[in-house]
Amino acid sequence: MDLSSINPVLLIASLMVSATPILLAAIGELVVEKSGVLNLGVEGMMITGAICGFAIGVNTGSPVLGFMFAALCGALLSLAFGILTQYLLSNQVATGLGLTLVGLGLSSLIGKPYEGIKSPTLQKMELPILSDIPIFGPMLFSHDPMVYLSVALIAATWAVLKYTRVGLVLRAVGESHDAAHALGYKVVRIRIMAILFGGACAGMAGAYISLVRVPQWTEGMTAGAGWIALAIVVFASWKPWRVMIGAYLFGGVTVLQLNLQAAGAKVPIEVLSMSPYLITILVLVIISARGNHGAPAALGKIFHASR
Amino acid sequence: MIRLEKRAQPSQFWTLATPFLAVILTMIAGGIMFAALGSDPFEAIRVIFWDPLFSEQFSAYSRPQLLVKAGPLILIAIGLSLGFRAGIWNIGAEGQYIIGAICGAGMGLAFYPTESFIIFPLMIMAGALGGWAWAMIPAVLKTRFGTNEILVSLMLVYVAEAWLASVSSGLLKNPDGMGFPGSRNLQQYPAAANTEVIAGTGMHYGVLTALIAVIFAYVLFSRHMLGFQIRLAGEAPRAARFAGVNPKRIVFLCLGLAGALAGMAGMYEVSGPAGQITIDFNSGYGFTAIIVAFLGRLHPVGILFAGLLMALTYIGGELASLMLGIPAAAIQLFQGMLLFFLLATDVFINFRIRLSTGEVA
Repeated sequence: MDLSSINPVLLIASLMVSATPILLAAIGELVVEKSGVLNLGVEGMMITGAICGFAIGVNTGSPVLGFMFAALCGALLSLAFGILTQYLLSNQVATGLGLTLVGLGLSSLIGKPYEGIKSPTLQKMELPILSDIPIFGPMLFSHDPMVYLSVALIAATWAVLKYTRVGLVLRAVGESHDAAHALGYKVVRIRIMAILFGGACAGMAGAYISLVRVPQWTEGMTAGAGWIALAIVVFASWKPWRVMIGAYLFGGVTVLQLNLQAAGAKVPIEVLSMSPYLITILVLVIISARGNHGAPAALGKIFHASR
Repeated sequence: MIRLEKRAQPSQFWTLATPFLAVILTMIAGGIMFAALGSDPFEAIRVIFWDPLFSEQFSAYSRPQLLVKAGPLILIAIGLSLGFRAGIWNIGAEGQYIIGAICGAGMGLAFYPTESFIIFPLMIMAGALGGWAWAMIPAVLKTRFGTNEILVSLMLVYVAEAWLASVSSGLLKNPDGMGFPGSRNLQQYPAAANTEVIAGTGMHYGVLTALIAVIFAYVLFSRHMLGFQIRLAGEAPRAARFAGVNPKRIVFLCLGLAGALAGMAGMYEVSGPAGQITIDFNSGYGFTAIIVAFLGRLHPVGILFAGLLMALTYIGGELASLMLGIPAAAIQLFQGMLLFFLLATDVFINFRIRLSTGEVA
């Protein structure tokens, strides 16, 4: 095995790229869960976003339009989840699973004609001055816009949740929907908004995989990234910055195992390709063993304003 | 203003009626989808739901297939329904199914080419044990550390898939296979073949096991203390603890049984209809069984019918893609929509719709 073929600068740069879809999906899901809703359909929304974004990207030649459309599709799909869980009061776990199954079916139906096509991809955006810094420049500051956007989204989510009225209301709804309702907040409406935000993020996350990371369409290409995003929210104890740490750690594992495969490590390939999932399980175990997860108190509970 | 009013108790009528309503709504939405895909919706629905059973041309082939496809679905769904009733969300049945198949096939291939009546029962046990062990991972982690079983069981599906890819081109690869990935064909190894109990009906040993599981689960839920405890743990966890139900025991039991049944389903599939371990041996039964469990109202008899219906959509879907060129993915979407409509119409069980005229809520 030739470890010297692994360039640390490239490793970290590609780590950020490989972590971005999980980061986007996880920050969206964090907001959803903060409002007290558990949407297990992230995988379904991601894969739908992946194909919708890809299709628009290929047909218009504009990846930016692709991302916007992917966000729209993700949000639309999440709206179905929102209507079911918030207005028709269905079980959130079952509905989330259903959303994933629908998303997988829908995406492979739409995706058939797009197999084997290459899509236009986002141009690298070298940040002026910053990207000229040796080592750190190419490592951190010469990425495509979505990488910066995802980090900005983390910062924005953190700030909104912590310092604004909107964030406070959202958290109140997630901690105790009855109390929030008694105070006159529109619990259902707020949750629908959060669900839509989560859907849009998941859609963009999927589009990032199909438009930038790969960039191609293959069936089932998200390969559990949506589920890993869910795990990362738990790992992060519902704190935005920790979502970023989790996503980058995970991205690091993924990139490292791919690099090790390419470098011809003595470890069997199957073990390497299992490793992201095994490590996710391990991390979940460590986090849950520590106790006090900091989950929103009303997470997954059904709200019905009965008289 | 439309308003939901909580019923004093769940409606018996709607509990039975919503699956039918959901099927009808799915047919309507599916018809619209087929029309959008450029097929005649009425013809598509007929090809999917009617032709496999009653058309003279296809029914001879399709009818046995119904049991072949329904067998694993029912077997897995029965196991899942135990957990779902207790509020334990094992969604990794697909992984347990794969591991069961690998263990079962491995056991059979270890004896190749010996002929003995004991081999097949041993394979069944190996399959069940494999699935059980795989399901024990989330069970132990949940009871010991409080780890979320949804995420762990699902992650293990991907691990199982990676392992499947590994054994089909490594450990279990057919030595006479000229280098192609995939194990020996168990159908050509009489001692290990899962044959039809009654020839020409599709009724192999897996289907028989599924029927036994249905009866077993029915007795468990309606006559046995344990079934009551499972239901209690799901519906009122606090009351269950006061009544002396050990929640950890319920977790082990529900996940373990679900895993064993899924493992057996995998083993029956690999030694029967599939014949061999290949990279893409698994076909999503573990996920479709989730739909089956819900559509069957988590009730054993309901699951029996739901499994048959879902098997019908598989066969009808194949027929529709053959006859009308409807993509196979459309059927997957169709199945997903069924779950969605079911969950949507379930609101009628616990709530009634009231139209109120402008009063202050």
